[in-house]
Amino acid sequence: MIENKKYINKYNFAFIDESTKKEIRRKLLKAVALPGHQVPYSSPEMPISRGWGTGGLHITLAIIGKEDIFKIIDQGSDASVNACNLREFIQLMTGVETTFDTAEATLVQTRHRITEEELTEKQIIVFQVPLPEPLRMVERYENKTLQMHAEADYSKMWVSLYESYVRYGAIMQGSGYPVMVNGRYIMSPSPIPRWDTPNLHQAKTLFLFGAGREKRLYAVPPYTDVEPLEFEDVNFEIEDFADAACYKTGFKKAFLDELYADDGSRKYVISDSNFLDKISENQETNQYNNQYIDQLEAYDLERG
Amino acid sequence: MGYVAVKGGTEAIHNASELAEFYRIKGDTTPIDIKQIRAQMRLAIDKVMGEGGIYAPEYAAIALKQAEGDVFEAAFILRAFRTTLQRNFYSEMINTREMFVKRKISSSFREIPGGQILGPTRDYTQRTLDTAKATETVNHIKEFLAEFDAKIDPEKLESISSFGKVIDILKNEGLLKPVDNNEDRRITDITREAIKFPAPRSARLQMMARAETGGLMALGYSSQRGFGSVHPTVGELRYGSIPVRVKDASGRTRYIGKIEVTECEMITGSKPGKKNTPPYFSIGYGLCFGHNETKVICMSTLDSAMRRPELGAPANDQEFVLYHTEGVEAMGFTNHLKLPHYVTFQSLLSNTRAAVERNKKANLEAESWAQLRLV
Amino acid sequence: MTWNEDNWLLRVRNLTKIYGDPNDNTLALTGPAFNSNICPETDSIVACADISFDLYPGEVLGIVGESGSGKSTVVKMLYFDLEKTGGAAWLTPYQDGGVNILEESNQRKRYIRNNLMGMVYQNPRDGLNFGFSSGGNIAEKLIMSGNMHVGKIRERSSDLLNKTEVPIQRMDDRPGTFSGGMQQRVQISKAIANNPPLLFLDEVTTGLDVSVQAKVLDLIRELQNDLGIAMIVVSHDLSVIRMLTNRTLVMKNGRVVESGLTDQILQDPQHEYSQLLVSSLL
Repeated sequence: MIENKKYINKYNFAFIDESTKKEIRRKLLKAVALPGHQVPYSSPEMPISRGWGTGGLHITLAIIGKEDIFKIIDQGSDASVNACNLREFIQLMTGVETTFDTAEATLVQTRHRITEEELTEKQIIVFQVPLPEPLRMVERYENKTLQMHAEADYSKMWVSLYESYVRYGAIMQGSGYPVMVNGRYIMSPSPIPRWDTPNLHQAKTLFLFGAGREKRLYAVPPYTDVEPLEFEDVNFEIEDFADAACYKTGFKKAFLDELYADDGSRKYVISDSNFLDKISENQETNQYNNQYIDQLEAYDLERG
Repeated sequence: MGYVAVKGGTEAIHNASELAEFYRIKGDTTPIDIKQIRAQMRLAIDKVMGEGGIYAPEYAAIALKQAEGDVFEAAFILRAFRTTLQRNFYSEMINTREMFVKRKISSSFREIPGGQILGPTRDYTQRTLDTAKATETVNHIKEFLAEFDAKIDPEKLESISSFGKVIDILKNEGLLKPVDNNEDRRITDITREAIKFPAPRSARLQMMARAETGGLMALGYSSQRGFGSVHPTVGELRYGSIPVRVKDASGRTRYIGKIEVTECEMITGSKPGKKNTPPYFSIGYGLCFGHNETKVICMSTLDSAMRRPELGAPANDQEFVLYHTEGVEAMGFTNHLKLPHYVTFQSLLSNTRAAVERNKKANLEAESWAQLRLV
Repeated sequence: MTWNEDNWLLRVRNLTKIYGDPNDNTLALTGPAFNSNICPETDSIVACADISFDLYPGEVLGIVGESGSGKSTVVKMLYFDLEKTGGAAWLTPYQDGGVNILEESNQRKRYIRNNLMGMVYQNPRDGLNFGFSSGGNIAEKLIMSGNMHVGKIRERSSDLLNKTEVPIQRMDDRPGTFSGGMQQRVQISKAIANNPPLLFLDEVTTGLDVSVQAKVLDLIRELQNDLGIAMIVVSHDLSVIRMLTNRTLVMKNGRVVESGLTDQILQDPQHEYSQLLVSSLL
């Protein structure tokens, strides 16, 4: 037996031990000082599977405090099964209050979406990242991509975007569109839809990214330039929901999920579950706006 | 409608969890005793400890029981458990020459100092299914143990001696490749830092020591079949127990117990040096917790193979071998594909639909041009 | 092309590359006089030693020699594919020729390569990325020197492919499906894509059919006439040197044995090795 207190599990506040929390916080500070740069960290194992949010969990547990109000979403929804599991774990390990309300939360952990409502200077959002390396699609080796970032040698990435345009008439990157941060590092914003990408630019909030399995942390501090990669004449575009509207509320100006009923018919619904609730109940919301949404004519009317 | 459209996510996962527990214990049988798992599932426990990276046979048994025998899951449970424990010491360097040997063989020489000790092995049995195991009773076990005990002649028990290593023979003859001054000999701790590549040897060996046995086996096998082969021969394979010591706060060395390990030293060819240098032998090294011969054989083969990146096969590629044999990460990420990806997929759908539209339009235009010309 | 001594484009002094562990006698015990690159005391290999020359704007310099003469090594060091062992080089368009380019950081070396140099290798696989289309390969060079407009990139790429007589319909195809001669022409397009003042050509026609060789050489000569790029042409074949170059360096066992106007060397070779080469010209 390793301990005298046989079979009794006693955990530290927020599960992770204090010296590991210190290490994560120091690495986060380094990440904030170098926007978009991936900082390696120890990434200890968690009782959650690798690839299922350990990186986001590390950051949340390292920075959460007893007074925090915590929200967690997956694909935009508070009810998503993995988010439920993680919420339970964090609640159990910290005792903090949890919420579904984006405006009420002080700390938000997310998988693959930014909230529809704009986050403020008083909030922090933590992303779960599967593949932190945006250059992995053009270079399989870690020691080469490290060198490419060090020397700002991004030519291979640019050529692959050019090739995509030439072959398909558009840059075919779906979610996780690569961005240039602070004019220096190309970064993967995690697999958020293009709809969300412009909301990283000059935002009020601190964005923190954790890739547990790959053992990298990175950050975008408030009021930082985050520009999707584009050519002078081939521009970044967001998803187009021109022909769709939320079947529950009629709302068009949000990222919509496609649903298929048993009879094969297709419907759309607002993806962000809390935003959906608020719109359904005619509550006030403070949605992000950006030039790309403004440009889509289909959104002249908020409701279809 | 799926579970996301309603706020029933938490309920659904609780039900799923309960259902899994039901599957574990339905059938109304006697609960398996942890003592039984420890005693009668020795090799499963050793595998789980080796991949969990923590020497704790009792906890390994609990994990196996909890995971219904799923070795990946059990190793994962142990790894997660390990994170909660405080790190009090680094041990003093283990000396396997001190090993209380239970099994010791060499394929390189017919006779070796101390002899070829077969030890407990099924290598030379026929693997026929033994249905008598289905009706084993406590009495059978008692009888066997009594008979076995009677065969031991206490007077033949010589004082325990430790044995010299086979590779010492080669070293003394000057047949081993001299250590390269350029080799990176930093001692790293893979549980405390993220490893960058090319990784120092200490990191490579640590990562393989807790790698998933099947992954190492596949790559070791590929090397033997000619994909970047290093032509290995087993110099020595040992299984036994070794003492573990630490330095206490006053600096005194203290014995804290013993653990069982399996060790393999693999004799391989080395990279051709400059002209006029002979083809020295090189040693690949493998060590893991418990009794797991497949793992150390493949670990030592891959240790040598990774020193020959110029051979160009997956087994020679550090990044390939080390990233992809890490069982907990591999299992996690492959299974993560089960998580909802509908937003990322929606994004992709949007692009693909647009591209198909463009293609249709282009074809229509081309057709109408062609028709115009016919007019 | 001007002969004013201070008007050099590229100045190289004492460029040296040694493999292995040389000692103080290594240079003295190797070279054409010994008919060997290998130091008898240390087994180190002197690929080339003490190479010095000036290249003027718009000039074509040839380097001729057999395998092992060190001619490719010289060019590879100037293009930063190999680390020098000794020597220095200065390039006028870079910092007014005041900085030794061989000692610059990796980032600056990449800047020089992308903006001020072009290179055509003997093997197209060394100069092209076979995972990209041929247009994409040219685009890479243009993007690396700061052109970010797809329409203009494609225009320029078609222009170049036209110039090098590669059918434009193949612009979006990968080079793997092209013939050897066409691959070389794509390489040439890529190398001159952003009008570099200096172009290296390393055995570019070796391995091609004789008729294809002739076409590629014609193309190079035309481009040189039109664009006035300074070139360094490496070849073991004197007829290539004769066709393309104004001046020549003859190398043997890592050293320059003779240098001068190409015409003069062909008519009146001084060193016995040059004489040997010239006499075996068909």
